[in-house]
Amino acid sequence: MKGRATREAYGEEILALGKENPNIYVIDADIGKSCKTVEFAEVLPKQHVNVGIAEQNACGVAAGLATCGKIPFVTTYAIFGSMRMSEQIRQEVCYPKLNVKIACSHGGLTPANDGASHQAIEDMGILRTIPNMTVIMPGDYFSAKKLIRAAAEFNGPVYLRFTRDAIPYIYDENASFKIGKAVQLKEGKDVAIIANGDILSRAVAAAEELEAEGISVRLLDMHTIKPLDVEAVKKCIDEIGFIVTVEDHNILNGLGSAVCEVVAEMGSGRVKRIGIQDQFGESAPYEYLLEKNGISVKNIVASAKDLIH
Amino acid sequence: MNKKEKVVFLKEKAKELRKTALTMIHGAQSGHPGGSLSAADFMAALYFDELNIRPEEPRWIDRDRFVLSKGHVCPILYSALALREYFPYETIFTLRKQGSILQGHPDMKVCPGVDISTGSLGQGFSTAVGMAIAAKRDGRDYRVFCLVGDGECDEGQIWEAVMTAVKYKLDNLILIVDNNNLQNDNTCDVVMPTGDLKKKFEAFGCEAMGIDGHAMEEIVDAFDKVRNSKNGIPKVIVGKCVKGKGVSFMENVVMWHGMAPNDEQFKQALTEVEAMV
Repeated sequence: MKGRATREAYGEEILALGKENPNIYVIDADIGKSCKTVEFAEVLPKQHVNVGIAEQNACGVAAGLATCGKIPFVTTYAIFGSMRMSEQIRQEVCYPKLNVKIACSHGGLTPANDGASHQAIEDMGILRTIPNMTVIMPGDYFSAKKLIRAAAEFNGPVYLRFTRDAIPYIYDENASFKIGKAVQLKEGKDVAIIANGDILSRAVAAAEELEAEGISVRLLDMHTIKPLDVEAVKKCIDEIGFIVTVEDHNILNGLGSAVCEVVAEMGSGRVKRIGIQDQFGESAPYEYLLEKNGISVKNIVASAKDLIH
Repeated sequence: MNKKEKVVFLKEKAKELRKTALTMIHGAQSGHPGGSLSAADFMAALYFDELNIRPEEPRWIDRDRFVLSKGHVCPILYSALALREYFPYETIFTLRKQGSILQGHPDMKVCPGVDISTGSLGQGFSTAVGMAIAAKRDGRDYRVFCLVGDGECDEGQIWEAVMTAVKYKLDNLILIVDNNNLQNDNTCDVVMPTGDLKKKFEAFGCEAMGIDGHAMEEIVDAFDKVRNSKNGIPKVIVGKCVKGKGVSFMENVVMWHGMAPNDEQFKQALTEVEAMV
């Protein structure tokens, strides 16, 4: 497997953005090392604030900076960014629609050996239910870089979720991305697989296996779950009818739920959601945690076949 | 205007603010009179003397910022904004009504002069810290004033924000504490004793002073003292206040935290405020 972690893409791209635009700020909460903002702090100290272990305050400071024309990226772990400061995000960022980005590493089950307290399995759901918020989870290093840049250029609140571990490259540096627009990685007619984040590579592998067995797969990278690319989902329902969603998030209120909302309103189509089975994680290898929740190539393949037959 | 004249002028403005806030809350039959009256003297001094603002240009980049962290006392802020002509005076009769720019808690998107939306306690002060950092980093001279309640200091985020203000040497930040010793359920002493707030803020590294929050001379002196400070230390003014100040039946009565007066009470309240010396 050749690839890099999306948090590393964040560290590099936020530094590049900060050099280009003095209004780009990073607000750290004492985990800059893990979130890859150390170099930003060293190179651009005038655009950096470290508030210590105080995420709620970090969010408010960012909101205040945003009212003065700054573009702050609040940087922490997904669990703290989504839950510890969710009301601050709602009140001080989303309600006044300020130009603040919440950039979080260690999304999903990726902080595996840290255990349940550090695994963010609810974050996408929490953030997508707050009005004015845009919610993005890139599926590889290159797409992360492009989507971070797109978030910086977008005027309004954005939640970005990165992962701790290296994940395979899916794109190259020439790929282009638009917030809210899914990327079709493969065209097919028998079943659609919609995935995002660190799990995307597994969806790619599953699609290859299915193709080898003669099943034609349409594969979508739904890097933005809000606003969801509703047109792309509707097209899957109209043209294929069977959708498997795959995500490193609780099956409640994440990508799978968002897709199901469209399917339910369309009144046709069938969906199988693969994701965390509404249970907490534990300290264990990442692979084990994924297997335990059925987030595996094998299960994606089996689920696709079940749906079709 | 010499200082004596200024004090007389500001006391008169404080009366107008109190009457306007009461009128607003009575009109809406909803809102928070106790804390609004408590903060009235500070608000008069800020909006009619201390703040460097341009009502005709509410987003003027170099304006002094004001953050009402205790957002529920927005009637007193709206009164100041109305009397400074940020919007037509009659707007006060739309408080908390459908489509109004005067939301139940301040909304910066719709109300000119509101520098940040607030309402959930403990959060506004962090935004004030962010604004003060921006001023420092941009080399601008504007200052940031923030009003919090003593009950609000129960929120841990207040202390997170204070530490950040001290760390980043925000001498352009002035925190005003409305220390009226009453909160929603009961007195602060009963609900959550905050002790000596002046000492607490000093212990965190701020320059703090305690004053009578209804003595206009002391408020003016306090603002004089912290104006243009370049000593790298955030300022805190702890104002000993009386919740419901100016209306006898509201003073120090917990119930008037968030209740509107009826017609008879309203009439009496206006008479009493008018008679304030």
